[in-house]
Amino acid sequence: MSVSTCRSSRDAVRAPEVPGLEERALDAHDRAIVLATQAGLPLVPDPWGAVGREVGLDGEEVLARLRAMQARGVIRRVAAVPNHYRLGYVANGMTVWDVDDAEVERLGREVAAIAGVSHCYRRPRHLPHWPYNLFAMLHGRSREEVERQAEALRERLGAACRDHRILYSSRILKKTGLRLSRRTPSA
Amino acid sequence: MSLAELDAVDRHLINRLQEGLPLVARPYAAVAEALGISEGDLLYRLERLREDGVLSRFGPMYHAERLGGGLTLAALAVPEPDFERVVEAVNAFPEVAHNYRREHALNMWFVLATETPVRITEVIAAIEAATGLPVYNMPKEEEFHVRLHLPV
Repeated sequence: MSVSTCRSSRDAVRAPEVPGLEERALDAHDRAIVLATQAGLPLVPDPWGAVGREVGLDGEEVLARLRAMQARGVIRRVAAVPNHYRLGYVANGMTVWDVDDAEVERLGREVAAIAGVSHCYRRPRHLPHWPYNLFAMLHGRSREEVERQAEALRERLGAACRDHRILYSSRILKKTGLRLSRRTPSA
Repeated sequence: MSLAELDAVDRHLINRLQEGLPLVARPYAAVAEALGISEGDLLYRLERLREDGVLSRFGPMYHAERLGGGLTLAALAVPEPDFERVVEAVNAFPEVAHNYRREHALNMWFVLATETPVRITEVIAAIEAATGLPVYNMPKEEEFHVRLHLPV
């Protein structure tokens, strides 16, 4: 399988915007909080205190640490993640686009702002089987709705886009979210 | 619980909590007040929505790379007769955070989240060994937007 990316796959798994080590590092308490909340936040009036009892901190300290992690971008937000299908979003299309490398950065930003796009990334091609380098997730109540959204993307991409596909999801096989293991990281 | 069984308060609650819980003392009371319901009612509704699977999860959404970890999207072209066996083999890896069947020759798409970036390579090799199939690794090279919001 050939990989037509200018970066090695080892480099590519690192986010380009990763902050400095010092900022990134989680201390043992932060790590304990991540482990205690990754399956979900307790549904009790004082969730910070409940997490604190589990990790040996008081609730105020847990809250302060969560705020700090959110400020550094370690936590995007504390929020509900809906099951798309259960909310009536039965058409979930991963749209993939083969966009001119010279234009993909500018166009990626423009496309990401179009309504209906939840996630938008540039990813490596795998030629010859997989020529697509721009991914945009679309969610609609019907395939027609997703196709209308995709049409808006196609118009925006214009001549810089050679080909595209919509890959609908037909079954959720697993959805647990990010999990750290209980063991200490070796690195 | 079907979509039709969600009342107006459930819908407001789902929409509001997709935006995020405020990081304040008694956060559920703060949201409940904004929605004009009691804290107890909110907690009851939220528990029911989570247990019934209307919400896949409720809690902090961690940014894998900023935790110091690795994250990637990967795909397999699974022969149809082997599909269930491969689902089981792939899902058995705790690093597989999401896995979707999609309509394409590449019919299985999963997200790997690992504690260290180098671990991605090891897990991919282990999945190739367990399934006997080549893994198409598609790590993000640039992120333009991440903001799932599904209004109801």
